[in-house]
Formats: sequence, C-alpha cells, structure tokens
Amino acid sequence: MSRAGKIARRTFLIGATAIAGGVAFGVWRYKTPYANPLEADLPEGAAALTPYVRITGDGITLITPRSDLGQGAYSVQAALIAEELDVDLDQVTVDPGPPSAAYWNGALATEAGEFMEAANGIPAAAAVTIASAGMKFIGMQITGGSTTVPDAYVKLRQAGAVARETLKRVVAQERGLSREALRTARGAVILPDGTEIPYTALAAQAATVDPVTDVALRPASDWRLLGKPMQRLDILAKSTGTQGYGIDRVVPGMKIATILLNPAQGGALNGYDASEALALPGVEAVVPVTGGLGIIARDTWTAFKAKDLIVADWGPAPFPATMDGHWQALADSFTEDSLDSRPRDDGDVEAALAGGAAVEAEYRTPYLAHAPLEPISAIVRVDGDAAEVWTGTQIPRFVQQNVGRIAGIAPESVKVHVEYMGGSFGHRLEDEVVKQAAEIAAQMKGTPVKLVYSREEDMMHDFPRQIAMARARGTVKDGRVEALDLSIAMPSVMGSQMGRQGLSVPGPDSQIVAGAFEQPFAIPHQRVTGYRAPELAPISSWRSVGASSNGFFYNAALDELIHAAGADPLEERLRLASDPLARGVLEAVAEMSDWQGPLGNGRGRGVAMTRSFGVHTAEVVEVTATDGGIRIDRVWVAAEVGRVLDPVNFENLVAGGVIWGLGHAINCEITYADGVAEQDNFYAFEGMRLYQCPEITVRGVESGDRVHGIGEPPVPPAAPALAGAIFAATGTRLREMPFNRFVDFV
Amino acid sequence: MQITVNGIPREVDASPDTPLLWVLRDTLGLTGTKYGCGVAQCGACTVHIDGEAVRSCQVAVGDLAGNVTTIEGLGTPESLHAVQAAWVAHQVAQCGYCQSGQIMQAAALLATTPDPSDDEIDAAMSGNLCRCGTYPRIRAAVKAAAQSMQET
Repeated sequence: MSRAGKIARRTFLIGATAIAGGVAFGVWRYKTPYANPLEADLPEGAAALTPYVRITGDGITLITPRSDLGQGAYSVQAALIAEELDVDLDQVTVDPGPPSAAYWNGALATEAGEFMEAANGIPAAAAVTIASAGMKFIGMQITGGSTTVPDAYVKLRQAGAVARETLKRVVAQERGLSREALRTARGAVILPDGTEIPYTALAAQAATVDPVTDVALRPASDWRLLGKPMQRLDILAKSTGTQGYGIDRVVPGMKIATILLNPAQGGALNGYDASEALALPGVEAVVPVTGGLGIIARDTWTAFKAKDLIVADWGPAPFPATMDGHWQALADSFTEDSLDSRPRDDGDVEAALAGGAAVEAEYRTPYLAHAPLEPISAIVRVDGDAAEVWTGTQIPRFVQQNVGRIAGIAPESVKVHVEYMGGSFGHRLEDEVVKQAAEIAAQMKGTPVKLVYSREEDMMHDFPRQIAMARARGTVKDGRVEALDLSIAMPSVMGSQMGRQGLSVPGPDSQIVAGAFEQPFAIPHQRVTGYRAPELAPISSWRSVGASSNGFFYNAALDELIHAAGADPLEERLRLASDPLARGVLEAVAEMSDWQGPLGNGRGRGVAMTRSFGVHTAEVVEVTATDGGIRIDRVWVAAEVGRVLDPVNFENLVAGGVIWGLGHAINCEITYADGVAEQDNFYAFEGMRLYQCPEITVRGVESGDRVHGIGEPPVPPAAPALAGAIFAATGTRLREMPFNRFVDFV
Repeated sequence: MQITVNGIPREVDASPDTPLLWVLRDTLGLTGTKYGCGVAQCGACTVHIDGEAVRSCQVAVGDLAGNVTTIEGLGTPESLHAVQAAWVAHQVAQCGYCQSGQIMQAAALLATTPDPSDDEIDAAMSGNLCRCGTYPRIRAAVKAAAQSMQET
C-alpha cells in the first residue's frame, strides 16, 4: 500500500464522527472540522454526504472546489470522487460549490516544508504542519501551485467512499442485510438478488443516518477511471462554442462597464474630463474606482469607445520610471542587508573559488504578463444586506471578503459563483476586477454590474511575473563541475501578492530561491543565496512562480560550467544527479531523444532538469540554425508525478507547459517607460504561434510515492534547454530573456 | 439594420461602426465567438462571411456584406461538424477560449484545401493564438478532420 493510502486509512479512524470528506489528512489532527457548507442550501429530501457529494431525488452533484482554469481541474476532481462513489461521469453534475473554509487547500503548505527546514532549521514535517494549520485556520481555498491533484488525491476519493458506504448503510438497515452483502455500480446500490436501487432514491434516508467513515480506499489496481484515458467533462462544450465563461455570463438587468486605469499602474488620478465620453449615445455614467475610472454603458463596444474619449490627469507610477531603474534596484540588492535566505550551502564554496572562477556570469529574466486569452471580468450585484458575484477566480474566499468589505456587509452574505475561465496562469489569483466591479455596484444598489476589461487595460495592469537577476560563479576540476555559487535577487512575489489582500508574509520568501536551492545535483561545493529586492512594479504568481526564473538561472549556469569542464550536458547532469527520480527523468529523455552528444550541421540540442512543485522534469530541445533564424524542431519531456491520473490531459498539460516556457523565452517581456507598460496587446507580447511549435514527445514517469500536479513543472526547464540548444547550434550563449533580443527565430 | 447570421435574418439595433464581434455577443447573444484582443492579433473572434474566415472584431457591422456563420452555426453538440468531431476526438481544448476561432479557421481552410500540407496548416492557423499551447493537437485534429471529410 502506498504512503498516501496508509494516511487515508488513519484519517478514517481518527475522523470517525466528522464529516470525513472535509477533514484534512489524518496526520494533521484538528479538534473541530469545518461545517459542511452544503447543509445551508440543502432542499428537503436531499443529502449532503460529505462537502463533496450532494444527492437529491433528481440527481447526483459532485462538488469540485478547485477552479477550472483550463487545466481540467473539474474533471479530475470529479473522477477522484466518482472512482470510489461508483458513479460514471455521464451520470453526475459537477459544481464548484460555494466558497467555504471547508475547502481549504492543505497541499499548498507541502512544498513550503523543505524550504523552511533549509532556511530556518525547522524540521520539514513540523514546518508543513505549521504552515498547513495556518492555511486551515484562514480557510485558504485557493487554486494554484499545482496543488489540486495532491490536495484532492486522498480527500476526494475518501469523500466518494464515505458517501458510497453510507448509501449502502441506508439499504442495509432498511432490508435487514449486512452492508458487506451489497454492491454498488453506476450510481446504484445492488442487492444480492441483483435488484438495483438508484442513489437518488436513497437521498432522503441518507441524510438521516450516521455516515460510514471506516472505509479503506481501493488500491490503484482496482481503479475503473483513474489512470486511464478520460474524456474531459467540458470537451464537447469547448468544441462547439457552448461553454459559457465569465465574460459570457448574462444576468438579467445588468449594466455593462469597462475600466480606464492610470497607465502608470498604481499612480493617482488627479482629475479627468469625461464630457466627450458622456456625450456618446449609450454612455450612462463615468465613476471613479480604485486605480481609475469605471465607464457604464449599454453595451461593451460603447463602453470601450467611451473609455478612449476620456482625458485624464494621471500621477506617476510608485516605482522606477524606466527599466534601467528596475535593473539597478536588483543589482543593488546583492548585499548582506538584503539577504533573504541561504537555504543551500554544501561543502566550502569560498575555498573552492579562492583560486578564481572558471565561469562568472550574470543572468536576467524580465517581467511577463499572464495574458490569458479571456480578458478579466466580473459581475457584481449589491443589495441592501447581500451581494452576489459571478467571476472566474482562483480565490473565491478572498473575493467574498473583499466584496463584503466594499459593500459594507458580512462576507457570508456574499454569494460567489465561480465561472469557467479562459486561462489564468496565475492571473486570476488577483481580484482587482471584482473589487472595482463591487465599487461600481455599491453605487448602483440592486443593479448587477458587469465589468469587462479591454485587452489593453488587462495587459498593462496584469501584475506581471517578477523581474529577476542572478549572479553565478563556479569552478571545474578534472572534467567535472566542482563548485557553483548562485546568488539570486528578485522582489518578493508573495509579499506583493498577499500585500494586496492585506496580509503580510513574515520570514523569507521561498519563491526567491525556488527552483534553484532544492535541485538534486551533488555539486561538491554549492551555495544558493536569495536576496530580496525592494518592491518595484506590483507582481504576482506566474505559472511556476520563482522557478520560472530560477530554473533558467540554475541550468544556464550549470551548462556554462559543464562546457568549461569539457563535459556533455546530459552525461554530467546524470553524473551529478543525487536522487533516483532525477536520474530517472534524465535517463528517460536521453533514451527518448537518443542523445548522442553534438549533432553538427547547424543543429544543436540542449537539456535541462528542474525539480519544482515536487516534480522532477527533464527536457531536451533540438533546434536548427536556418537562414531565417533559429527553428525549434523537437522537444522530449519526462516528468515524474508519482502517478498519472489521466494520461490524455497529462500529455496536453505538459506539452502546453513546454510551449508556454518556450514561447515566452523567445519573444515576451513587459517593459516600462515613464512608468507605463510598453506592451498592451499581443502584437507586442506574442508568445508562440503554431508555425513555431515543435514536435513534442511526453513521458510520465510514475515511480514516486506521492502524487503531484503537472500544471507548472514543465515550464522552468524549457527556456534553459532551448538556450543550451542554441549554444550547441550557434555558439551564442544566452543569459537573458527574451532570447529574440540576441538571436532571430523563424 | 438587417444581417444574416447562421441562415437567419436578424434585425439589429447598433451603431454602424460597431464591430460584428460585439453585435454577435452583446446584441444577438451568440457568445461562442470570443473577444481576445480586438485588433486581429489572436483570432478568437473568427467567423465565416460567405464561407471565408474573417476576424469579426475588424468588420464594422455597417460594412457587412455577406452571410455570417458563427461556431453555433457550424455544428451543434448533437450534430457536430467534422472539424468539431476531430476536436472532440483529439481532446484539443484546455481552457477552450480560443477554440471557437481555431475551429472556424480550420473549417474554412478545409473547405478550400481539402488535403492541406503541413505548411498550409501552419500558414492558415498561425493567426490564431492559443495561450494554453494546444498547437500539437490542433495540427493533429486538422489532419484527422481532413481525412474524415474526404472519406465522406
């Protein structure tokens, strides 16, 4: 039995009287579980068997509290419940449920443990318990950090099993049979004589019996759904234009609004003249909101047109006006005063470097917008003592609290409907659009206000990925990498992001060094130091967060050292690999790509491996230097996630993560001039297009003892593997993104 | 003014400079056509005008000449167009927001080029951005759709 399985078993024993689906992993034992949020809205004759399963006479609803940003979260959550509940996915409805502390995310704390041990000397297990208790205390219902699957893996199967056995108990009691004599399949309890009683017919009685909680989870070998190719629940709707997203939502009586924000993000509004805008037929009002002006009109296009007719006097941005100022702030942060953490210090780096460095280099990664294809939007209606919100969000509990505060009502009186999202990549961890819609709605009590950002306003006020700089020094000896001293400076993403929610994050920020300090390479003398730069432009979590910069820094520096040693980039990584999982993914990509060393003839290959979010991911990229520029031909990826729950979606997410990493590395950056973002639409922030897309071969390696999420881990190795390939093909060493500043791409 | 969308004449009340995109979405409630950039950079708003793939954000409704087909008119969940069937079979979508435009673009390509080469697919489909990175599956689904349309 896997480790996860054992934990699950203990949970059932400990949580015998609790609502088992809502209780955390058994190793963390809390006195009081959160109340089941489904009880509040339950109609007569319906049962809420755990916070994840709602059964009425009409049907079965599975609650999937992690948001679907496009990563297929609803489908995998539903499959985890359905596996044990013995229902098929075509028999159920899926609902994200109400915001509730019961849906706190325990896995968010998991990855923090290793950093806290390394940085603060707190044992990892204790650190996870502390951090996790904190998450639970504030009821942190967040989708992010590739945690949906690890958080749900036991919880949701457990919820399904508890519901199933409780339904069997109803029938057993009614018929005087033992529960063991009953079977379940396709949403029905089956009597020994073969008679099938649908779950829906048992809803009323199920609400009245004690739940059965001492249930062992089925072994993976018995799974019907998990681990096999699944059809995503939304695939038909998303192939026919019938999937509704937040921006598509129509609430009766709603007014349309758009926003004009200070182009220098965070600067003041000193004054404005909206007379021309107000003269436009169909424009109803222009009102100040935080950051700028809301424009209310009869339709979206009229609002957009009116926005461009407003003349405003804007104050300057509260951060350096030009990029030189941002980079200088980073360069000035490599000091003792700004030291944030030094979670890795093996051997004696200073002694190893005393004779001089074989490699000394500086690396840079720029600000990057998230720019999901669906611009952000929110509908808010504020009534006297209640409010209702429709929006695509990863943070429904923050939305509830913020709208409550703005409307002057209790957070519990704010009903939040989480919408399907047209991508996020971390963008919808912010809720400015909801707050601004609430500010407008609070001035128009009873009228739903739908606030839709234009692409330009969205991209220019994106809360981009952090800007970062790294300095590396290292030595080689006898054809081997001997020492690496990597110093990284960036502003704190967590500080900026949580600061906007009024929360302070004490202690060092693990993201400043994530993707570097924990890399499983046994370089004898190795030190990783994080320096906290001051907050510059406001920043936020961008797919893979700190590792999106640090995976590049670490692998790029390692590549230069390996080259100085005269070694092969893949062979030397394999030699240095300090755990079997790292070796496993590197061996996998070596075999998949038939790695034989240099290719010649203008062709080149690079390799990178990053451990991030608990997942080891190795990538080999192959390019050709053509007359028209660098062409990316092929990519091979191997990722270790412990267990692949849906191979179809896994392959899609990994390939997408590689394309995300490559596309932004090639041609994307957000730069500021006069404190204003210079990129406002996709012509200036393109990413990868189809003609540039390589052939991508994906392998999931399943040897770990824990299950992990795959949304973010494919991103960090993509850019450094590409840089390595370009070096092999052309001899040009790339130390700064975007790469198209230095080389041309087809 | 009157426009014809998915074979149905519709009377719409909008100023003539309004992009077709917003008439479809706000006036007619046909939200399968998506707003992504407003400047013909992403292709999410792609519709057919007399069979040709067009960015609806760039067509002022007052200038519209021709019959409009949107994703809702191409096929339905009950009766899929061959391109949509290929998109389902290959499970192309992640967030799915760009896929209406991708599908409309692919359907227009296959209507004129039943057996497109890799280069022809690249050329036709590269105006449609997918931020999730579903390009490998888009390529595969276009080829599968081409094959199934030739067989029928």
